[in-house]
Amino acid sequence: MRHLLPALLLAGSLLTTGAALAQEAGAPPAPAPAAPASAPEQPSAPEAAAGEAVAHGEPMAPGATDEAAHEQGGTPHYPLIKPAELDWTFAGPFGHYDLGQLQRGLKVYREVCSACHSMNLVSFRNLEGLGYSDEQVRSFAAEFQVEDGPNASGEMFMRPGIPSDRFPSPFPNPEAAAAANNGAHPPDFSLLAKARFATQGFPKFVFDIFTQYAEGGPDYIHALLTGYGQEPPAHITIQPGTHYNPYFMNGPALAMAQPIMDDQVEYTDGTPQTVDQYSRDVAAFMMWAAEPHLPERKATGMVVMVFLIGFAIMVGIVKRRVWADTPH
Amino acid sequence: MAGHSTYVPSNGVMRWLDARLPLPRLVYDSFVAYPVPRNLNYAYTFGGILALFLVIQIATGVVLAMHYAASTELAFQSVERIMRDVNWGWLLRYMHANGASFFFIAVYCHIFRNLYYGSYKQPREVLWILGVVIFLLMMGTAFMGYVLPWGQMSFWGATVITGLFSPIPVVGPAIQTLLLGGFAVDNATLNRFFALHYLLPFMIAGVVILHVWALHVTGQTNPTGVEVKSSKDTVPFTPHATVKDGLAMIVFLAVFAYFVFYMPNFLGHPDNYVPANPLQTPAHIVPEWYFLPFYAMLRAITFDIGPIDSKLGGVLVMFGSIIILFFLPWLDTSRVRSTAFRPVYKIFFWIFVANAVFLGWLGSKPAEGIYPTLSLIGAIYYFAHFLIILPVLGLVETPRKLPNSISEAVLGPDRGIGTGTGKGAPAAPAASAPSQH
Repeated sequence: MRHLLPALLLAGSLLTTGAALAQEAGAPPAPAPAAPASAPEQPSAPEAAAGEAVAHGEPMAPGATDEAAHEQGGTPHYPLIKPAELDWTFAGPFGHYDLGQLQRGLKVYREVCSACHSMNLVSFRNLEGLGYSDEQVRSFAAEFQVEDGPNASGEMFMRPGIPSDRFPSPFPNPEAAAAANNGAHPPDFSLLAKARFATQGFPKFVFDIFTQYAEGGPDYIHALLTGYGQEPPAHITIQPGTHYNPYFMNGPALAMAQPIMDDQVEYTDGTPQTVDQYSRDVAAFMMWAAEPHLPERKATGMVVMVFLIGFAIMVGIVKRRVWADTPH
Repeated sequence: MAGHSTYVPSNGVMRWLDARLPLPRLVYDSFVAYPVPRNLNYAYTFGGILALFLVIQIATGVVLAMHYAASTELAFQSVERIMRDVNWGWLLRYMHANGASFFFIAVYCHIFRNLYYGSYKQPREVLWILGVVIFLLMMGTAFMGYVLPWGQMSFWGATVITGLFSPIPVVGPAIQTLLLGGFAVDNATLNRFFALHYLLPFMIAGVVILHVWALHVTGQTNPTGVEVKSSKDTVPFTPHATVKDGLAMIVFLAVFAYFVFYMPNFLGHPDNYVPANPLQTPAHIVPEWYFLPFYAMLRAITFDIGPIDSKLGGVLVMFGSIIILFFLPWLDTSRVRSTAFRPVYKIFFWIFVANAVFLGWLGSKPAEGIYPTLSLIGAIYYFAHFLIILPVLGLVETPRKLPNSISEAVLGPDRGIGTGTGKGAPAAPAASAPSQH
């Protein structure tokens, strides 16, 4: 009987881990390890993979998946290589953003990524969170042209941005974005760091609870950006218009070409101007864009945890006193 | 317990109120003087935890509703506005989203405790049935709540789940159209789901009142499964149960807070941070983790059975897996409540738990390869547990000797009551049980 509670808690935590299993299943064609024998032909799998690639706005030639599927005798695993887990300042219970890194990431976004990727949930005023003053935000916003209106004569007009404006999109609508980008519009940056996750599967996700690993998004983004330029394995055929990247979640190749090269963006603080550094900086910036209240959340969490644990200890002492003379 | 009020108003105001509306008397009798078995362990604290989480969910939910816009054009944006611009909005939303998961963790612990100690047995059948009703309402509420952020999994989850009704003969398509407010998941669906998501928690609260009422009529079970026989078997609810429940709540809240503040998206799906798009199907549509065992059973039926095609078969199996719970008190033929005294059933109980986790794992896997077959095996075992193992085991199993009373079990045979007067009959505690009233 004494053992029931731990057992129930264990059962509960096992059920909880189902959630991570759900995430796992969300990754593209999660294959059956024992499947090949029973499923020699799975015509639906490549279609599903292609469907998801389109869903994520990262088009991938269906043929490429098809090829991979046949080569491996079943549904292939993507990404072909799991992202490495990097050290992020915002990881762990004391996580916080490195403002210098976020400012560099903003520079990379502005000079490179924003040519194709919108970020329409972030306003200029939010940039104060990157350590900029009100003045700096105003002048930064004013460098953008924003559509406003209609005015008194019913016309839409362009004006310089103000802090309450959101980042303008590079394309007027998703269709225009798709038309300019090989048929699929580049995904919005606002939430991408939380919308991407390359699962490591069981039992990794159980350990993740205890290591507080919640940086799968930035790790994935960094891995993808630094994963270009490799030779595809012989058995994988890369369709024209797509680019091999073993870190891509939904297939062996994606429509986006390598977006950034060494020394493409100038850093004035002496930080190395490498693709690796750019990728780290822009991934951190995207995490901030997706979760601007993260430092506040973790700092609050520490207070809450200390309070609850202290409270639990005190109530535990009271409980012992109350039950001291009551055999149970 | 019912009919034995010992409340004495302490001052004139309370005397005045007690003569007109005996609310203080009700509270005193229910949460202060109410006798609880002295041997309750921490597995019995999940009821209080569930009450706490119902309050947390309603409180955070009502505030979130003040900022949420139930429109396909605005829903996703309004949720992000809560996350970014509403003061403490991120905390409210993460508490509400993770609160749903922890509500289910607590309810599954509560249900498995119930199964382990046979709490559903006579005379607590109505208490159990009310609990299953609450569980069903929770599932409906959680499902509709998951649709509200209008992400990809929201939309496609709603499409799959409402599609479950379409294979029901004759009325199925009409039910589906009624649920959706049209022929596909769209603005009308989102609007009515929001309305129902706001309504159902208050219905849960209503059934919870009945549940607690029924509990206070029969009294709690306890780890021995032997009914309370004298005041020596019990302690007053306050301070004993209050402080124990309180401690359990705080510890449970600490685990909850760990997820809210450090792992807020661990229990969610990354695809729900992608706005809903009716034209793009995710590669794998998975429900929230707490539905996975039932989802596995839904997909376990991949073949036609006579006139029942595989789709309807899956739906019947899934709904049946919950409906069967209503009949549990009559399917279990053993008159011994506690698994502690049923050595054979104890083994089957843990197999059942393992099977439930196994089904949950299968629910997260794609419906291809070996998984549907494994799901079928898991589903068959799930039903066999209720329809074959429980009825047969109660008849053939030899239970261990029951103590004559709770106090005997706790204090030893010398000090407990009932020693010597006990009629033996270890397998029939229920026969002498209702004597306390």
